[in-house]
Amino acid sequence: MANLNTIDASEIEKFQAMAAEWWDPDGKFKPLHMLNPCRLSYITSQIAAEFGRDLTTPHPFKGLRILDIGCGGGLLSEPMARLGATVVGADAAERNIPVARVHAEQQGLDIDYRHTSAEALVEAGETFDAVLNMEVVEHVSDPLAFLSACHDLLKPGGLMTCSTINRNAKSYAMAIIGAEHIMRWLPKGTHEWSKFITPDELYELLSKAGLDPVDRKGFVFNPISWSWRLSERDLSVNYVTASVRPS
Amino acid sequence: MSFDTDILIAGGGLNGTSLALALASAGFDVTIVDPLPAPKRAAGDFDGRGYALSIASQRVLKALGVWSAVAEMTQPILDIKVTDGRPGEGPSPMMLAFDHAEIEEGPMGFLVEDRHLRPALLRAVDDAGITQLNERRVVDQDADANGISVTLDDGTLLRAHLLIGCDGKTSSVATRAGIKRIGWQYGQTALVCAIEHEKPHEGTAHQFFMPSGPLAILPLTGNRASIVWTEKSERAAEIQMLSDAEYLDVLRPRFGDFLGDISLAGKRFSYPLGLSLAQNFIGPRVALVGDAAHSVHPIAGQGLNAGLKDVAALAEVLADAIRCGEDVGRADVLLRYRQWRRFDTATLAIATDGFNRLFSNDNSLLRTIRDLGLGAANALPGLRRSLIREAAGLTGDLPRLAKGQPL
Repeated sequence: MANLNTIDASEIEKFQAMAAEWWDPDGKFKPLHMLNPCRLSYITSQIAAEFGRDLTTPHPFKGLRILDIGCGGGLLSEPMARLGATVVGADAAERNIPVARVHAEQQGLDIDYRHTSAEALVEAGETFDAVLNMEVVEHVSDPLAFLSACHDLLKPGGLMTCSTINRNAKSYAMAIIGAEHIMRWLPKGTHEWSKFITPDELYELLSKAGLDPVDRKGFVFNPISWSWRLSERDLSVNYVTASVRPS
Repeated sequence: MSFDTDILIAGGGLNGTSLALALASAGFDVTIVDPLPAPKRAAGDFDGRGYALSIASQRVLKALGVWSAVAEMTQPILDIKVTDGRPGEGPSPMMLAFDHAEIEEGPMGFLVEDRHLRPALLRAVDDAGITQLNERRVVDQDADANGISVTLDDGTLLRAHLLIGCDGKTSSVATRAGIKRIGWQYGQTALVCAIEHEKPHEGTAHQFFMPSGPLAILPLTGNRASIVWTEKSERAAEIQMLSDAEYLDVLRPRFGDFLGDISLAGKRFSYPLGLSLAQNFIGPRVALVGDAAHSVHPIAGQGLNAGLKDVAALAEVLADAIRCGEDVGRADVLLRYRQWRRFDTATLAIATDGFNRLFSNDNSLLRTIRDLGLGAANALPGLRRSLIREAAGLTGDLPRLAKGQPL
């Protein structure tokens, strides 16, 4: 954590407070924490299947280099590191980087967090076995250019998981009116409905970017158990895909 | 910050060692802290204490690789007979009989003696290379967002992701986590001893409901049985003071002569009975297991069985969490354990409490209702079968270990 030493103590305290906020299961990022077990279950099973890893053994992802694009506070980067992967966490928001670093250090995890973009990583010639591209594509201005960059970041045979929100009346009701206005799970204006992408559109974009889409599933919220689960059929609001860069 | 161990377990008794084995099998680095020296905990002296293991518990022990070490020394329970009785009058004509042929799983349970089970678990813990800090106790714990720092009585400071209290009904782990308890004393004391008897027991367990409290005869191997005999506490204290011969004179008329003459085959124990439930099974980076979470009236022999269900459920929650790369001490992970076990445990506590209150009574009206109730339960095969399956631990949302599957 050499680069932390250059920051003064009050700054570190501030980052620790922000990290605590990111990681509080009942705090500001509660919706992400609620969705996280479901996302992790999908990501881990897809990576394990693609690379022939046994999740019941310790550190099953040892030797895999994984990029978490849009890493935020490290909600996906830390689990991947705990599973033994070499992890790079990238975020376009500079303020997230020291926060994520501080938390990983407190957790005893070694993660390479960088303030950078997919495009910049391509230029630097970085490649990965897996790219986690979760809840990002609906926020970028040119999805095809972004997904093409993600393609270039994958080694041949590498895997990308990509999740986003469907575009239909139900997703408008759930993700914008429900999550932003009624539940106040997310700040108003977090999502722009017109940027939402249907699963078929995403498959088409992935193919255009040179990837082979191999799987898609829905994330479905159950208001009775107050938790998320994976669904084979219901991709009507939140959904996730897996695609592979051909060898 | 670095961690000294993944999971720290306070208390290396039956639940603590079982949990350590389960967690180690899922790849966790586990440390057990126990105030007693290892030889004392493993002491295999015959003292007549036994456990009526449910089928689910047997499967947990099998999955943990411990069952094979004790199997030959266990007594299968082939029948359970429940009878309402009064001393001197013999059993009431209405009787509830359970026969293992009514469920498909074979015997309804197994009697295993403490002197066999405890050393087998400790041997398995040794073989698994699990760190044990003996003659040490946890004196302080300090949880934060990233882990828990635990101080031992010799000043050692250990950093872990999670602290698990397997430290009994007076759990100091629970107290320090700010978890309050509810409960009450029954004014009853269980007298426990082992007897040798003339005639074979044929693998039948008996439960007699006497006005002073229930009396259980649990078949051990050979012509031996473990007796759990409940009396009002004052009376129990008097009985416990008696000589062995006088003690037997009090015991004999309580279950008649169907096993022939009886003699004592070990030490005599007494345990005051009470119900003690932790108001929460989890705290900040803390989870409670077994008596630390719920100590119930041992009327149905469900104490260890409930503990092993906690073990199986918690180990599964934590194993599934680490396989997704989650931080296993986080509140959202621990909540899954609480949700799984809370309802089951509350039901058991209420059921055993109500059962005891109904049966520990000599009111003639209640007695008649009881007799009719037992007779009715006996007449309805469906109800009886569901009671058998409940007693065998085969109901509810079973953890993988309790189904005999690996973690």
